[in-house]
Amino acid sequence: MREIALHILDIAANSISAGAKNISVRIAASSKDDTLDVSISDDGKGMTPEMIRMVTDPFTTSRTERNVGLGIPLLKAAAEACRGWFRIDSKPGKGTEVQARFQLSHIDRMPLGDLPDTFLGLLIGTPDVHWTFQVKKDELVFDFDDTELKNELGADSLSEPEVIRYVRMFFSEGIEPIAIN
Amino acid sequence: MPTIKSLEDLKKMREEALRKQELKATTGKTEIIVGMGTVGIAAGARETLKAILEFVDNEHLENIIIRQTGNIGIDSFEPVVQVILPGQEKVTYGRVSTEIVKTIMEEHVVKGKIVEDYQVKS
Repeated sequence: MREIALHILDIAANSISAGAKNISVRIAASSKDDTLDVSISDDGKGMTPEMIRMVTDPFTTSRTERNVGLGIPLLKAAAEACRGWFRIDSKPGKGTEVQARFQLSHIDRMPLGDLPDTFLGLLIGTPDVHWTFQVKKDELVFDFDDTELKNELGADSLSEPEVIRYVRMFFSEGIEPIAIN
Repeated sequence: MPTIKSLEDLKKMREEALRKQELKATTGKTEIIVGMGTVGIAAGARETLKAILEFVDNEHLENIIIRQTGNIGIDSFEPVVQVILPGQEKVTYGRVSTEIVKTIMEEHVVKGKIVEDYQVKS
């Protein structure tokens, strides 16, 4: 995958598969520390240490689960190749948090990519999940919680053309000024 | 199409649209499902979904439900899109590029004609 945003989409898809009702995506860049942190946390069914080991190790596959977590070793390798690290914290029945750190200025770091379209796809495509998104760089912050939107419009109406247009504009205008490469 | 500035504007626009809609007979909603597993994403499923959202917005299609789902199980055909017209069987399309999205939306979703060239038959 060529963008961190696509990895986020992939990890969030695991959260959806794990039956999460609340999913939170956070991206934080710090110029001072030269770091780019990505976190996806959910309240899905969680994983045992054994399952975490299995999804993290690219050389272990289990036929029945081969379609879930396929992208995890890729994100881990990408972060570690950029003077960063990768971590999964999970408890069965509680949820999972996946975190990846990259060196912000690392020459091999893939671009963050298209966050507005990634968030738009997640929000519209899975209306039953409560989404929160945060994008931060130094003092600039974009915060989104879908509660207000869904209370005002109802989750059923997210696929309507006006709503798609509004949300896309809202994400673009909110995230683009933060300008993380 | 006026620019929508705030959630308040959006609410007003929607209420107007809903009033217009009530005049028409309710015909049920068309469901469009995009497979967003790892393989699908790597094959371009986000761009496929984006193209579907843009088509719905640009052509102002009402009564559509767009959903994403995990892996549909036909990896070699990703990105996979499924279309369900009200009261009809699910139709599965494979290797749906953004250009193919346009054809499927115009022919199947709008006119109700299945695009057999891109259909994946199980």
